[in-house]
Amino acid sequence: MATGQLFSRNTQALFYNYKQLPVQRMLDFDFLCGREAPSVAGIINPGAEGFQKLFFGQEEIAIPVHSRSSNIFSDFIYSIEAACGAHPSADVFINFASFRSAAASSMAAMKQPTIRVVAIIAEGVPEADTKQLIAYARSNNKVVIGPATVGGIQAGAFKIGDTAGTIDNIIQCKLYRPGSVGFVSKSGGMSNELYNTIARVTDGIYEGIAIGGDVFPGSTLSDHVLRFNNIPQVKMMVVLGELGGRDEYSLVEALKKGKVHKPVVAWVSGTCARLFKSEVQFGHAGAKSGGEMESAQAKNQALRDAGAVVPTSYEALEGAIKETFEKLVEEGEIAPVPEVTPPPIPEDLSSAIKSGKVRAPTHIISTISDERGEEPSYAGVPMSTIVEKGYGVGDVISLLWFKRSLPRYCTQFIEICIMLCADHGPCVSGAHNTIVTARAGKDLVSSLVSGLLTIGPRFGGAIDDAARYFKDAYDRGLSPYEFVEGMKKKGIRVPGIGHRIKRADNRDKRVEMLQKYAHTHFPSVKYMEYAVQVETYTLSKANNLVLNVDGAIASLFLDLLAGSGMFTKQEIDEIVDIGYLNGLFVLARSIGLIGHTFDQKRLKQPLYRHPWEDVLYTK
Amino acid sequence: MARKKIREHDSKRLLKEHLKRIAGIQLEIRSAQVTESTDFAELANKEPWLSTTKLVVKPDMLFGKRGKSGLVALNLDLAQVSQFVKERLGKEVEMGGCKAPITTFIIEPFVPHHQEYYLSMVSERLGSTISFSECGGIEIEENWDKVKTIFLPTEKSMTSQTCAPLIATLPLEVRGKIEEFIKGVFAVFQDLDFSFLEMNPFTLVNGEPYPLDMRGELDDTAAFKNFKKWGNIEFPLPFGRVLSPTESFIHGLDEKTSSSLKFTVLNPKGRIWTMVAGGGASVIYADTVGDLGYASELGNYAEYSGAPNEDEVLQYARVVIDCATSDPDGRKRALLIGGGIANFTDVAATFNGIIRALREKESNLKASRMHIYVRRGGPNYQTGLAKMRTLGVELGVPLEVYGPEATMTGICKQAIDCIMTAA
Repeated sequence: MATGQLFSRNTQALFYNYKQLPVQRMLDFDFLCGREAPSVAGIINPGAEGFQKLFFGQEEIAIPVHSRSSNIFSDFIYSIEAACGAHPSADVFINFASFRSAAASSMAAMKQPTIRVVAIIAEGVPEADTKQLIAYARSNNKVVIGPATVGGIQAGAFKIGDTAGTIDNIIQCKLYRPGSVGFVSKSGGMSNELYNTIARVTDGIYEGIAIGGDVFPGSTLSDHVLRFNNIPQVKMMVVLGELGGRDEYSLVEALKKGKVHKPVVAWVSGTCARLFKSEVQFGHAGAKSGGEMESAQAKNQALRDAGAVVPTSYEALEGAIKETFEKLVEEGEIAPVPEVTPPPIPEDLSSAIKSGKVRAPTHIISTISDERGEEPSYAGVPMSTIVEKGYGVGDVISLLWFKRSLPRYCTQFIEICIMLCADHGPCVSGAHNTIVTARAGKDLVSSLVSGLLTIGPRFGGAIDDAARYFKDAYDRGLSPYEFVEGMKKKGIRVPGIGHRIKRADNRDKRVEMLQKYAHTHFPSVKYMEYAVQVETYTLSKANNLVLNVDGAIASLFLDLLAGSGMFTKQEIDEIVDIGYLNGLFVLARSIGLIGHTFDQKRLKQPLYRHPWEDVLYTK
Repeated sequence: MARKKIREHDSKRLLKEHLKRIAGIQLEIRSAQVTESTDFAELANKEPWLSTTKLVVKPDMLFGKRGKSGLVALNLDLAQVSQFVKERLGKEVEMGGCKAPITTFIIEPFVPHHQEYYLSMVSERLGSTISFSECGGIEIEENWDKVKTIFLPTEKSMTSQTCAPLIATLPLEVRGKIEEFIKGVFAVFQDLDFSFLEMNPFTLVNGEPYPLDMRGELDDTAAFKNFKKWGNIEFPLPFGRVLSPTESFIHGLDEKTSSSLKFTVLNPKGRIWTMVAGGGASVIYADTVGDLGYASELGNYAEYSGAPNEDEVLQYARVVIDCATSDPDGRKRALLIGGGIANFTDVAATFNGIIRALREKESNLKASRMHIYVRRGGPNYQTGLAKMRTLGVELGVPLEVYGPEATMTGICKQAIDCIMTAA
């Protein structure tokens, strides 16, 4: 490693495994620093291709997204190659892959000639895999930051992912412009704390790196300290180590050999390990109490002996940094940093809403269901209640359509209607269309809707109209004679009356069943009785003008609405007006149409063609 | 997380199974595990060799120097082994300053031998170190100058040439066999993601390598690759680390979530308790209380990180508060709810769980005269800190709140000053 600067104001990165927030934070940082080009050149994301919209200040920009070409796992190599080819200027690879795939994708990235630095965020990458990355990086002059890290930052130039947290914090720590301090730590969480501390007592950070808490980090504390030593703008270094491992000793060696010419303030945390009786594993994988050599006390002493400024406790670290910095100022080593005012970053709508600063109107309103929270609910009834209480489809319809729990006799009636209307053989127009479509090789949804689209005034749509006319006539107190003759004058056939086959002496079984059910369970059947009076009158005119199934359902549904006592008059008018009853037919018949589709597919029926013989060709 | 020691029984099981698979070497070793739940008759049924051979028995507890401590018994029959175990199972021993009961033994055939070889493999940053000696056994440390070591860089593979310096001085008739063995063991070491492996000693039985004593350490982050190869592997706690019921509750919680929840009681009568966000920061809070001279008052080490959800934080905080407030003695106590400046964790969201727990435990907090100190920064910290301040007023419990403008560990000093002032 060694050599100097890793990043500049022109550094661009490829971001692997898209995460909205870290990328947006990188772009916000860029804007804050007055960068001209965004620091993310491209995104590599499984399963998505095209462009990702993100903000660059007030403007939206589109960043190219490169995807795997297929679902074959090893194809991530192909997409990394493609992305590197498309963005030859991007030399940093920011890897947000999971611990399972982080090593393989990092290796693939490192093998690209354009990539110089790989930052691995995932925690839990196997040691042996990281060792392969370290070996490859060493022999090919690449730099690995992480695994198990938040990344790093060069103030005023380039930032990796979530490093340094919120924009407020970045402004607070003056990370939008370079200071004079090089900082390196193991802990990613503590790096942000130290950016703050350092900003409080010096002119701020020049560059900060968190190497990650693993046993074998891709690059070490001393790697970065030696690199900082070669960067002229860095005037002093701050190092935050941790118990476990021997990495700090390579820094001790470098100090002893005089390889570091700038002051180093260091602290190794973990002095508390001796309070534990047995061996302990702290939060980081590498932070494990072991031999005396690996203890915080021994490392602090060794660093002190080698010439680093080592305070007596973490609490005194800030003072030690301050003192060291002030000495450099006195010695004239530090030129004052010109202060700049960063441009304001517009706040995201979501966070502004969260903090109560702004409000925004919604664009959709919904009153029947809610999928937020522990479990979805229908009209306020949680899914578990629906299952535990043994609700049926009728109850679910009652919740989602009528927004209330209707009594069981009502929901059972709804279920009976659905069962009766589910199918009416292959010859009716809806089923016929579905069959033709299915045989044309179309998918389920296409076949289903081609049947559904047939439903209308002549096919299946009579229930609604029947309900409207029966209700209107009954409510206005018209006698069957007045009603039927009135319709006739207007030239309208009475919907719900009449059948192609059924006669007065051969009633529709379905109508009889519905009437029997209603007589047994409904508190009142006044609309049905009215419909029967109408039928009596129409039968006197022609033998086939019987009450059909549409008419029966329509009149009985009016009785259900009026007799259950659960609907106001206004609500009943609305239900009839909107056309709820047609919904009942659409829902029911979908069952049959889906059945016809499956039937045709199962029978492997070929394309349907209507025979010539069955067409009258005429002029 | 990370490097975990495994029992000798498991080390040998893995070696035997995979040396055969990878290198075609059949080891004639056998071992049986004995714990509190073992029925000797049943065990003898399952492992008939136990009744037909003379046996060795020793604790399998992740500590060494068992021979030197008189915990190894040789040349016994099964009845004598059973007696040996009965006398020692569950009895406390002291090893390296840790006192704990022995819970697990390993039984193996007794193998009389003269030659004792030493072999170890250690995974290091740039490669692996392999050490070998013809003078192994319990005197290995006295004979350390006879140990030969090679360093094999990650990018190099193990060949006869790289192995040569280890075995150069061996008599010709065993050299080939041992070279083949070392190469085979190294292949297993790499294939199974061992980070450490040691045989001290192994010997030759009928000219074939035979490990007598073995230690192993696996990289548990590689578990997702080794599920099948490792089989039903156990990662015991380090010797001497006996979990209290509260600690094992948190340990169980930790294993169920993707976030990290750690809790260790250091001194149940301590008066300074911590509940800190972040792996790095949590260590520093414990350090600071110690570095300021009040290690003896530190009740616990506690860390939560990786965005645990509200319910997990609630359960976690309940346990910490219960321990911190137990057995009030009339003297003041302090609870540090600390943390650095988070990079991406929503502070207000994690505080919700803590606040619920504090509210539930109001009377305990008052009875133990708890003073609460909060310090935290990061996304949405203003909301989180404001909620804490409101809670302090609402409960009437002394509660001080600081943000990123204050130093991270300043509240340690405040807590110490608080509990040390009279009244």
